Amino acid sequence: MNRLAMELPGLSLKNPIMPASGCFGFGKEYSEFYNLNELGSIMIKATTRETRFGNPTPRVAETSSGMLNAIGLQNPGLDHVMEHELPWLEKYDVPIIANVAGSTVDDYVEVSKRISTAPNVQALELNISCPNVKHGGIAFGTDPHTARELTQKVKEVSSVPVYVKLSPNVSSIVDMALAVEAGGADGLTMINTLVGMRLDRKTGMPIIANKTGGLSGPAIKPVALRMVYEVSQKTSLPIIAMGGVQDAYDALDFISAGASAVAVGTANFVDPHVCPTIIKDLDQILQEWNVNHILDLRGRSWMTHGEAAHHRA
Amino acid sequence: MIEQQNMTIVSHRSIAEDIFELVLEGSLTNRMTSPGQFVHVKVTSGSDPLLRRPISICSINQSLNQFTMLYRVSGSGTGTKVLSNLPKGSKVNVLGPLGNGFPLDELEAGQSALLIGGGIGVPPLYELSKRLTERGVNVTHILGFQQKSAVFYQEEFEELGDTYVATVDGSHGIKGFVTDVVDQLSLKSDAYYTCGPTPMLRAVEQKFEHTTGFISMEERMGCGIGACLACVCHVNGDESGLLYKKVCSDGPVFKRGEVIL
Repeated sequence: MNRLAMELPGLSLKNPIMPASGCFGFGKEYSEFYNLNELGSIMIKATTRETRFGNPTPRVAETSSGMLNAIGLQNPGLDHVMEHELPWLEKYDVPIIANVAGSTVDDYVEVSKRISTAPNVQALELNISCPNVKHGGIAFGTDPHTARELTQKVKEVSSVPVYVKLSPNVSSIVDMALAVEAGGADGLTMINTLVGMRLDRKTGMPIIANKTGGLSGPAIKPVALRMVYEVSQKTSLPIIAMGGVQDAYDALDFISAGASAVAVGTANFVDPHVCPTIIKDLDQILQEWNVNHILDLRGRSWMTHGEAAHHRA
Repeated sequence: MIEQQNMTIVSHRSIAEDIFELVLEGSLTNRMTSPGQFVHVKVTSGSDPLLRRPISICSINQSLNQFTMLYRVSGSGTGTKVLSNLPKGSKVNVLGPLGNGFPLDELEAGQSALLIGGGIGVPPLYELSKRLTERGVNVTHILGFQQKSAVFYQEEFEELGDTYVATVDGSHGIKGFVTDVVDQLSLKSDAYYTCGPTPMLRAVEQKFEHTTGFISMEERMGCGIGACLACVCHVNGDESGLLYKKVCSDGPVFKRGEVIL
């Protein structure tokens, strides 16, 4: 019995576990540790139209049960990703979710149009929530009207379904979710990092060169869980959730909160094997719990029993 | 091949102010090939501290399946503080060996090497010095520390070759920086190998403009394996400013002039 396989817009997933964008590069480094075919999907590093070096270092700082990063969307640019990174991933039978970033609407449209034609790119993840770049990124992800328009424009040119990655740095994430749904989004991914800061105890100065960074790791899991819980009740879009997932129980929490699939970010840095471990453990736990399919647990934090059964059917 | 392993602490002691010597045992030791590589250490199984700590390998004893690392406790409540409290017999999760170390084949028997270390940049030079002396290379060490209480491994280095210690406040050895020692003694060599704080690396690189050199860099890291792009540096001579090297997986050792310090 396959308790983990599922269909989401554009994606036939062997299981609902995938590395989150920015925490896995384009897969090469982790392919030294395990066969990437084990993964449900791979969310590749954000790709922009041009090559980007990103921010000055230091780019990371540790915080209590979390980390701050301000990489600044460093990536080799669309051409290189199309010619080298994506073809390299073709040897794996894993659908790729391409994270698309930009400074202008044109950037997003151009990258989406081209990258969505790559044979192994089965969905886009529209990155309107990167907190670490001066232009673009989060500027598109904090105003519902702007987010809706951008989603519409990208939908017009994309050859594959479009998931929009939501920022937690907003007063109402439900409003943002509804806005991109109205813009034609096929799914949501949430959450991106929370803007944070750490100071050097001696000098009083920010440790990260960019001064602020995006907080990730177990520290943000309660926030992410609450947001998935809220959004999943207001929209019919499938949600791929992320935010501090370290083990299979964390992943199940997000399913219970209303997500369909779960991405793992920072935990990859701590344990390179974390994704396959979670996949293996998930199956074991569901078996122990006598749950036929992981989606039978979806939204159980807010659904009545009868509703849950109906929802899956 | 990088491996993740729970290794056993066989010895753990304080050797200078805030400096600890930790000896770990496990088969992962067999994968350590070159001096200057590092390991990424998870000091507790929980999430606080969350990330691993990159720590350089100080010496390798493959016949005993053991390696030694020296680290500095960087303050109360830090990961290295937690690590320093772990007793003999405890397990430590190690990811490694990581990165590319110092090349040994640059010098032949009879040639001379200058090994220049500053503070917690000194440890990786110890295994390097052992390997170079085994090859018959004449090794001279210059070790820089803040003050007398921070000095470590002076005797160990002295057993391998001439060793000069400098302290910033003059409380031990020669007063000043490692580059002051080079000036005072007019030291020359066929190649130099250096590890320490970036300003020191920069000064050393400038001092030996025409000598073959290898520089080990330090940077805050995330994954340690080249995926997260936290520890990148610019490449010399790249006018576009877009080329980069990852300190963790392209380095930490670079040839002199390869990257911008």
